[in-house]
Amino acid sequence: MSLNIIVLAKQVPDTRNVGKDAMKEDGTINRAALPAIFNPEDLNALEQALRLKEANPGSTVTLLTMGLPRAAEVIREAMFRGADGGIVLTDRTLGGADTLATSYSLAQAVKKFGNYDIILGGRQAIDGDTAQVGPQIAEKLGIPQVTYAEEIIDLKDGFVTVKRRLENGIETVKAPLPCVVTVNGSAAECRPRNAMLLQKYKYAASTSEKAKLSEEMQALLDKRPYLNIAEWSAAFVEADPEQIGLAGSPTKVKAIENVVFTAKESRCIDNNDEQIEELIKELITNHTIG
Amino acid sequence: MANFYNDNPDLKHHLNHPLMQKIVELKERNFADADKFDYAPLNFEDAMDSYDKVLEIVGEICGGRIAENAESVDHQGPRVENNRVIYADGTQENLELCRKAGLMGMSMPRRLGGLNFPITPYIMAADIVSRADTGFENLWGLQDCAETIYEFASEDQKQRFIPRVCQGETMSMDLTEPDAGSDLQSVMLKATEQPDGTWRLNGVKRFITNGDSDIHLVLARSEDGTKDGRGLSMFIYDKRDGGVNVRRIENKMGIKGSPTCELTYKNAKAELCGSRRLGLIKYVMALMNGARLGIAAQSVGVSERAYREALDYAKERKQFGKAIIEFPAVYEMLAVMKAKLDASRALLYETSRFVDIYKIYDDIAKERSLTPEERKEAKTYSKLADACTPLAKGLGSEYCNQNAYDAIQIHGGSGFMKDYACERVYRDARITSIYEGTTQLQVVAAIRHVTTGTYLGLIREYEATEIKESLQPLRNVLIDLTAKYEAAVASVLEAKDQTYTDFMARRMVEMAGNIIMSYLLILDANRNDAFVKSAEVYNKMAQAEVNKHADFIANFTPSQIEAYKA
Repeated sequence: MSLNIIVLAKQVPDTRNVGKDAMKEDGTINRAALPAIFNPEDLNALEQALRLKEANPGSTVTLLTMGLPRAAEVIREAMFRGADGGIVLTDRTLGGADTLATSYSLAQAVKKFGNYDIILGGRQAIDGDTAQVGPQIAEKLGIPQVTYAEEIIDLKDGFVTVKRRLENGIETVKAPLPCVVTVNGSAAECRPRNAMLLQKYKYAASTSEKAKLSEEMQALLDKRPYLNIAEWSAAFVEADPEQIGLAGSPTKVKAIENVVFTAKESRCIDNNDEQIEELIKELITNHTIG
Repeated sequence: MANFYNDNPDLKHHLNHPLMQKIVELKERNFADADKFDYAPLNFEDAMDSYDKVLEIVGEICGGRIAENAESVDHQGPRVENNRVIYADGTQENLELCRKAGLMGMSMPRRLGGLNFPITPYIMAADIVSRADTGFENLWGLQDCAETIYEFASEDQKQRFIPRVCQGETMSMDLTEPDAGSDLQSVMLKATEQPDGTWRLNGVKRFITNGDSDIHLVLARSEDGTKDGRGLSMFIYDKRDGGVNVRRIENKMGIKGSPTCELTYKNAKAELCGSRRLGLIKYVMALMNGARLGIAAQSVGVSERAYREALDYAKERKQFGKAIIEFPAVYEMLAVMKAKLDASRALLYETSRFVDIYKIYDDIAKERSLTPEERKEAKTYSKLADACTPLAKGLGSEYCNQNAYDAIQIHGGSGFMKDYACERVYRDARITSIYEGTTQLQVVAAIRHVTTGTYLGLIREYEATEIKESLQPLRNVLIDLTAKYEAAVASVLEAKDQTYTDFMARRMVEMAGNIIMSYLLILDANRNDAFVKSAEVYNKMAQAEVNKHADFIANFTPSQIEAYKA
């Protein structure tokens, strides 16, 4: 059975190696100091999507990302790994969106896309860490959601079976299609970029990127439709202006503080069994461990 | 995670050598594939950009999982179960990554599923893989064998086997036997022709790297009653047909992830590759030249790793109140390590460019006849490749051993412990100067280029190249050393004593190698200031080495060999 798979991906600032200049004085992120990367858990989701594609010949994997036009970069990265193409949802009016406005906008794009069997995305993005967007999209589309997925075990007869990684163990659930599955970082690592696909797709460009290319390159993109990455506007996905961007975001940032963790108290115990035993008991009693 | 390509600007420098324009244009036949394959380059810049980006993938995988897996692969190693090899877990993961990344069959033409890369970027990938895991470089690098199928097998064989290699099936070259190591003329594995035209192989092979591979190239005796190399032919054995079993694998000192197998052939079905009787004298020679270039790349990768391990430790380790890199004894060692690394890498890529040009001409000659100028050029580069390959392998592998030794020395007592990677690097380095022809055999292959003047001709060409004023003093040193080299060679040849020539061969080959590598570093420095220091350090070293050998030869008479005889 061939599937239409949508992968939600976000281009995020690389918050894993944060230097001194990562934050501006006003407490917002200094995006210039942090390289833009493919959100790590979205890569885990992409791997699951590519495995589904391999197991179901004829399937297509389409990336959907919301952001600045340069977010087309994550779509190219996905194409180098085996995705078929993608859509950048980009519009000035979409800026400043919180998770509610973001999920609304993306859900509108999914509706516009139409025929899909499964939507995969990372559990959460490393810039906001909310883990809300995937579930909210499922709600807005009125379809089931499976969160914390570690592996898609099986997909057949209109159902997907998913292994979930939870705090205290593993749960295996089955959901009817179409549905949203958000994937954990503990899932299989995404495959590397492929040398042949990289050469095939390296000139892929979104509509606004294409406009800046030389005439020669534009002609190449006209000749090779697979090199064209779609750009969709808020109007194109028929989004209600009241529900997108800053206007559609009830979340307002009041203030951001820098918190420096310090050890408040430290205690020394002797290196013998009794004292260690005593400390362990104490920690269990006050629920620090166990 | 480190990217082993991006963190090493020296690689980009070598990739962007001026000669690449000619190589790429020849290789891509004026970019005729662009209309046939969606991943073919449109022009020279596009091709170079693709090499750069694909090497970035190689660097990412190598700096990531492959480097991380190296320690566990070294500990776990492969094993044999039911006559089959099972790789270490890390090795399996590494192979899977390389397959997914499409890094198999890199130099094969697109029509057979390859990337159609020239040898130079392919060799650069080998250099990077070896830095991450030297033993794994063997398994990955055996894709080289596809080159032999491409060059000598029938079209039908190419169509059947090469796409499988490009898809990630592994290869091996089954040459060595218990009584046929360096002396391959003694190969005894028996090949018998069947009425249907296929062959059956019977016998034993030993020390076969990746001997349980999917597709084997086998050297076997097809001509009953013969005893020398002219009775040997090359065969292709497909593991799917069965008949070859792994009796055991060796317990080795280094490159432990790479299984070294003893194989038994029991009526194993095989097919002839190319013509009968040319197995050793033509095909193995070609195969070996490719494999030697691969080992030269592997050696450079080891040198790089050894140098970096040593440099990091020397910066970090404090004694007597300061980092040990601040002591002259230590920084001198590091500078010499870097100079040897840079020198062997410069020679590696110079050689790979020579190989590229003549091999591409050979390939073009299958499509159309070459013009007289092209034929002449192909011949020149073929000779230069032939001359430089044993130098790159011989001296490069010795340098990587020296660098691995010094890396441990810089680590002091800690380096002798299993806690640091340098001990693995040291063990892995050791084989490079032994397999695919020992250093002593590289000297045998190289000496005719001393006596016939190939090296001198190359040196003269370098000498005539225009360089910056500031590098002139280094060249003046080499002009002086060249005169000493010429005098030493003349005095040895004058004796007209083969034993004496053999005895002095290593010295003369090293002298030529030192001068050539010193010139290459000057030319690198001429293009890129980053190489000035290494050019200076290596020039000093070359001066001392060439003078040492010149002195030895000048103060020696053939009769004095008696004292050395067993």
